[in-house]
Amino acid sequence: MKKFLKTLIGATMALSMAFGAVGCAAKQAAEAAGEGSGLIKVGIINNDPNESGYRTANDRDMKATFTEANGYEASFYYSLKNEEQIAAAQQFVQDEVDYLLISAAGTSGWDSVLQDAQNAGIKVILFDRTIDADESLYEASIVSDMAQEGQTAVDWLAGQNLDQYNIIHIQGVMGSSAQIGRSGALQDMADANDNWNIVKQQTAEWNAETAQQIVQSVIDSGTEFNVIYAENDDMARGAVQALDAANISHGVGGDVIIMGFDCNSWALEELLAGNWNYDGQCNPFQASYIDDIIKNGAKEKVVIMEERGFEAATITQEDVDNFGI
Amino acid sequence: MEKNSVLEMRGICKYFPGVRALEQVDFTLREGEIHALMGENGAGKSTLIKVLTGVYHKDGGEVYIKGSSKPVVIRSPQDAQNIGISTVYQEITLCPNLTVAENMYIGRTKGHFTNWKKINADAGRLLDELGIPAIPAQQLGSCSIAVQQMIAIARAVDMNCKVLILDEPTSSLDEQEVAKLFKLMTGLKKKGVGIIFVTHFLEQVYEVCDRITVLRDGKLVGEYVIEDLPRVQLVSKMLGKDFDDMADIKSDSDSKQIDYGSTPVYECRQLDGTTGIKPFDFAIHKGEVNGFTGLLGSGRSECVRAIFGADKVNGGEVLIDGKPVKINKPLDAMKHGISYLPEDRKRDGIVGDLSVRDNIILALQVMKGFFKPISRAQAEQFADEYIKLLNIKTASSETPVKSLSGGNQQKVILARWLLANPSYLILDEPTRGIDIGTKVEIQKLVLKLASEGKSVTFISSEIDEMIRTCSRLVVLRDGKVVGELKGDELTQNKIMATIAGGES
Amino acid sequence: MSSNKIKTNKSFADIAKSIIRQQIFIPIAALLILVLFNLIADPTFFQITLQPNSDGFNVLSGNIISIIDRASELVILAIGMTLVTSASGGQDISVGATIAIAGSVILRVLCGTNTRADTLQAPVIVAFLICCIVSMIFGAFNGTLVAYFKIQPMVATLIMFTAGRSIAAWINNNELPVINDPKFGYYGNFIPGIPVPTPVFITIACLIVIALALKFTNLRLYSQAVGINPHSSRLNGINPQMIKFITFVILGLCVAVAGFIKVSRLSTINYSVVAKDIEMDAILAVALGGNALGGGKFNMTASVIGAYVIQFLTTTLYKYDVSSAEISAYKAVVVIILVVLSAPIVREKMGDLKKKLFPAKAVSKEAV
Repeated sequence: MKKFLKTLIGATMALSMAFGAVGCAAKQAAEAAGEGSGLIKVGIINNDPNESGYRTANDRDMKATFTEANGYEASFYYSLKNEEQIAAAQQFVQDEVDYLLISAAGTSGWDSVLQDAQNAGIKVILFDRTIDADESLYEASIVSDMAQEGQTAVDWLAGQNLDQYNIIHIQGVMGSSAQIGRSGALQDMADANDNWNIVKQQTAEWNAETAQQIVQSVIDSGTEFNVIYAENDDMARGAVQALDAANISHGVGGDVIIMGFDCNSWALEELLAGNWNYDGQCNPFQASYIDDIIKNGAKEKVVIMEERGFEAATITQEDVDNFGI
Repeated sequence: MEKNSVLEMRGICKYFPGVRALEQVDFTLREGEIHALMGENGAGKSTLIKVLTGVYHKDGGEVYIKGSSKPVVIRSPQDAQNIGISTVYQEITLCPNLTVAENMYIGRTKGHFTNWKKINADAGRLLDELGIPAIPAQQLGSCSIAVQQMIAIARAVDMNCKVLILDEPTSSLDEQEVAKLFKLMTGLKKKGVGIIFVTHFLEQVYEVCDRITVLRDGKLVGEYVIEDLPRVQLVSKMLGKDFDDMADIKSDSDSKQIDYGSTPVYECRQLDGTTGIKPFDFAIHKGEVNGFTGLLGSGRSECVRAIFGADKVNGGEVLIDGKPVKINKPLDAMKHGISYLPEDRKRDGIVGDLSVRDNIILALQVMKGFFKPISRAQAEQFADEYIKLLNIKTASSETPVKSLSGGNQQKVILARWLLANPSYLILDEPTRGIDIGTKVEIQKLVLKLASEGKSVTFISSEIDEMIRTCSRLVVLRDGKVVGELKGDELTQNKIMATIAGGES
Repeated sequence: MSSNKIKTNKSFADIAKSIIRQQIFIPIAALLILVLFNLIADPTFFQITLQPNSDGFNVLSGNIISIIDRASELVILAIGMTLVTSASGGQDISVGATIAIAGSVILRVLCGTNTRADTLQAPVIVAFLICCIVSMIFGAFNGTLVAYFKIQPMVATLIMFTAGRSIAAWINNNELPVINDPKFGYYGNFIPGIPVPTPVFITIACLIVIALALKFTNLRLYSQAVGINPHSSRLNGINPQMIKFITFVILGLCVAVAGFIKVSRLSTINYSVVAKDIEMDAILAVALGGNALGGGKFNMTASVIGAYVIQFLTTTLYKYDVSSAEISAYKAVVVIILVVLSAPIVREKMGDLKKKLFPAKAVSKEAV
């Protein structure tokens, strides 16, 4: 009896899904026929591009990739609020997009809408941010590994073979994933080695001016330092302003090593000019990865993007043009 | 403690920095009496009331309440209320946006749940009993000031009070409303409530009170049964000298000469205010003192506000010295030599936190313009001059005006407008809520200004004062000018009849 | 000055009392406490050195210089905020966001269409004047809402507070422009050959302008009168709406100057974080100056000192490794202490306490 029920339910579900799929396909076919095109419909939910330079570059990259010329019909939705994003996702499901691309503002609350999407045969790809939902609900998740970014930078720094590392560590907004990832590697290194000292560790909350004030206060107090490890480019810039005012040389051949993150174009230009020493990439260009997954299928659930660190010694103008955001 | 007294205060002292506000003052209130507390501004009436209600903490003396042999300690208004002392102030201290019933019971319902149905019923019963024409569910703000005042009393009475303090309750009421209030007071008296009545109106004291306690300069002058103390004596006790200034005024006013044939200093034709008054004609000549009279709400204040441009004006012609001008806002009027002392001193008159000096120079300063500030030395000189001239009692010209007594605040505003040197001065209720000495001073000043060739419009709720000072009265009823009285017509009876509509 | 006073027959206690009663006592006392703390904790805090900077000319440096330099924007904003507070009885919470707008306008004009301008596309003075006009328009917008539509200042300015940074982003097409011409950096840093930071001069100029304005116009009397009693002010010929409006426009001008210094410091702008929370510091400066936030009387000098106290506190906290995220918490403590101390009930209690401590005085008064 039980077995029979199970079979029945299974059959019903299979049937309904099949009908659904057929209905879907039929509709798609009709639409395609009507429009005379075979465009893939994607709904893209992103954070507000004004949030940061990273986001601006990310949005520009998405818009450049998902064009009609590349075979896509893309709709965009922006919000920094999780609930609004979820509502927008619901809307995209109703609009019967083929793919739903999400950079979630918050990690929770997505289960039911992703379930709906799955039921409707819509494939979900997460980019930049992960969420707390069952892996089966999405095709793939394309993310940066902030800890790896930090590790790459610290490895580079260790490779400079200084006798003594006296580091001003300027952190981002405390608790953000970028801050945690980029602080972790440096902290571990400083804990493990006697010649690595963090002479000042403070958050400037991504703010250049605060960073400038922090470095200035270190200079005013007369503490020795030879490395500034800033967790983004803006803060590195602020730090350099403070050094300039105090006539402390920096960059290639200077007294202080300058390290930043995010690879803003202007920051890479500073590298090129030898004013800074290192800039770690936080790759905002997920669009090509997504394009690849849509066209060739996902090979793994979590795709970690390739992220490079640039150094003043080796950077070229080409790098600035290609990787600057 | 005397047998039938409900309240006894013995040897009360209160000091402020540099001032002895109360010095060994005794006060006794008996059951079922209305007891007037009289004195000039600064005599210590308010201080005594505030000590009694716990607003101030006394520096010496004792307070006894019926039913307890030990002196009571009053640390806050709440304490005072708990032992049965309730106060109704001159300014309404209720919430105009709540209903009548809510106002009556707010803050004294027990527990967290409130049975509004029951409260409305209770309130209705009480209002009926006291003969107050209000509906419990009505918004307080929609009642007239008098009714609001009565509701405040009802609230106080309902809290089982033994002592009811009425601090200048009648100053914003017209005569009918005062009569109603007195009826209410007499009713409460019969129930055995002791009422302390603070007022400046002598007539009212003699109408309802049983006893009078007079204070002067923070000291007790004496307690008198009303029959034993004629008015003249009361005034002389309050002032501390024999005083017959009223007669002086009368003789002054008889001597003035006005040329009614000359071009009026100010004239308006069919001036149409937007605040509920009908278009009216009006003119005033050089050296003339005239008055606008009528019941409260008859539009007398609205008329002068329209003249000054204080409220929006819709139409009509205005002539200054025979030349047509436009007066759309106060600054226009000021530039044409008109000054206006508003009815509501606190709201429209003083700028409380500013110094006496700044308050005095304000109008002149505004007339001079934004980019021509009066120098500090000059301002100081002006202030000192007028403080002396009007005998303003203030610690210095730097003192914030709000810390002065009501009468002195009024003098500061007068000083402000005199300094602006107007040709036409409008005084709306300049004598309200101030002590008798200052009242007389102001009336004399008005006549002096007129004799110097200024034109003055003088408005007062006390017809006596109007008769003494004005040579012509414009009478208003329901926003309409209904008559103009001068010369021999200026008698109490004739004015009353015109106000009431008896002119036909 | 104090010796002069002692010569008069007043007792020392009387003088102390009269000093304490002065409004300006609060910020000066706060400043002294900070100075004392630093003197005891580490006297090198006050060291000032003259040494060459990277451009090869000598400049002053040290904590004190940093404080005076860094406080510039705050001092300038405090001027405008004091006037707005006085006249409108409320505060403008949009100054941080409008600084973002002001800064973006300057960069937009200087960069033209190129976000990576190596040469300036317009003279700096032109950019600054345009920025002044734009900031005053936004000030006028706030002022109109407050004065003519009678919206509470905090609510009215909430609009720009919310929208300002987005507008700033829009002005530069969401780009983060950078100016490479070092001349633009002179205004926020040093002019070659002059050892004192330029913002200090700009601040002094602003202070002189406002001092002259207060001396040679009736701005003080009018805004105080309007703030204390608008009804009465109107009947004395003042136009309260106009005065409130004007104070907001003046604040707009202050925002323009502060924004100019801010973008010049770094030659770039990040509109999402530039001048973040500066509105709270500006309001705090006004409060620290002992000015009533409900409007009315004000003391400009006290507000200005208040602004320096805030920067002194910030720099001190940085020196002692307090995380910048936690600095707000310390400021909050200062606010609490101030608010509590200025509450009437506390003053009354303190008066009572004084009486208990010095009962002799009360007796002697009685004897008089």
